[in-house]
Amino acid sequence: MSGSHELSRRDFIKVTTGIVGGLIGAVIGLPSIYYLIDPALREGGKEAWIPIGKFEDMQVGVPYPFSFTRVQVNGWERTASSFGGYAIRKSDSPEDLLVLNSRCTHLACTVNWHEESDAYICPCHDAKFSMAGEVLDGPPPRALDVYDEHRLTADGLIEIFFKEA
Amino acid sequence: MFKNIYDWLDERLGLNDLYTNLLDRPEPKTTWWNTLGSASMFLFIMQGLTGIFLTVYYTPSPDHAYDSVQYIMEGVAFGWLIRGIHHWGATLMVVLVFVHMLRVFYTASFKFPRELTWLIGIGLFLTTLGMGFTGYLLPWNQKAYWATTVGTQIAGTAPFLGEFILKALRGGPDLSALTLQRFFSAHIWIIPAVLVGLMGIHLYLIIKHGESHFPTKED
Ligand code: HEM
Ligand code: FES
Repeated sequence: MSGSHELSRRDFIKVTTGIVGGLIGAVIGLPSIYYLIDPALREGGKEAWIPIGKFEDMQVGVPYPFSFTRVQVNGWERTASSFGGYAIRKSDSPEDLLVLNSRCTHLACTVNWHEESDAYICPCHDAKFSMAGEVLDGPPPRALDVYDEHRLTADGLIEIFFKEA
Repeated sequence: MFKNIYDWLDERLGLNDLYTNLLDRPEPKTTWWNTLGSASMFLFIMQGLTGIFLTVYYTPSPDHAYDSVQYIMEGVAFGWLIRGIHHWGATLMVVLVFVHMLRVFYTASFKFPRELTWLIGIGLFLTTLGMGFTGYLLPWNQKAYWATTVGTQIAGTAPFLGEFILKALRGGPDLSALTLQRFFSAHIWIIPAVLVGLMGIHLYLIIKHGESHFPTKED
């Protein structure tokens, strides 16, 4: 280009190649990035009301065990996961119900109610939780998780509100 | 400042020489027909990139291959675009490579000293076809399944070695999970590795000999 303001034929080719190449790169490159990170941008968290048992079957002061499975679709595959817990009635009122998740807050094993020990015991590292879910013994960092929304249906069923992770 | 860094690198890497030899070497009078080799190479690179992206979601197992392709088309953002480019690029690449070969033939560019460039070129054409053949099975749909059944059956009619070839291609007497898996392996590792190697020699020879003159009436 020495001294002149005109674009030489060679420089014109270079610039055009650069621009066209850049355009093609952007038109394909940007969608490609979206394609790669798409699963990370998905809103998970499907919600549902899940029946866990008849209210009249739950006795005051005795943990009532329940379990259910949910099917999750991951890409082209379906995975069934099991969930469970205990419903504890404190009085006659259906409002007065505590629904615990039986997933141990230490490393996610499933705890079981042991009548004779008056505690939920985790088989993995011997954690103990009180009937209301507080840690009595062992490594767990916090009390058992609670399903905090529940309702009584017209047919006398207790349903809990469940949201997928 | 940038000039200093550039000069430092150039002295050690020979960037200017690279540039001159790769992109600024002297050419005889050329036509658009001379661009077909580079166009084939560009398509190969595109196929490589889109192919790598496809493997992020594709799975080569008989019970999930079809679903995973379906998922790419409908479930992932721009999956249709990536697969579309790879799908049409595959066909276009075979066509381009073939037309490139025709032009080299018609301009008699395969003669001394370019015989090896030509022979390597034949290897490139065959491996390109191999990519098409192995890739076609991967969606594991009806067309893919039967095309491969027929294709391997044809290979099986070769004299003496036919049965062995058929079993080696299928990984057994019938099309199975083994067939899909070995076609996948061939499609993403074995054939591309061969192709890249051949392409390297091909390009080296082209740079070494320069582009040929088109023959004139006197030749
Ligand atoms: C993957 C496939 C291929 C790629 C990427 C490729 C790439 C190239 C490139 C970039 C050039 C220089 C530019 C041009 O003349 O177009 C070239 C030249 C050449 N190609 Fe290929 N090629 C391929 C397949 C083939 C095939 C199938 C043949 C023939 C059997 C072949 C034979 C030649 C010859 C003889 C030359 C030298 C032409 C001359 O000097 O005028 N190539 N190739
Ligand atoms: S997982 Fe329950 S105690 Fe470790």
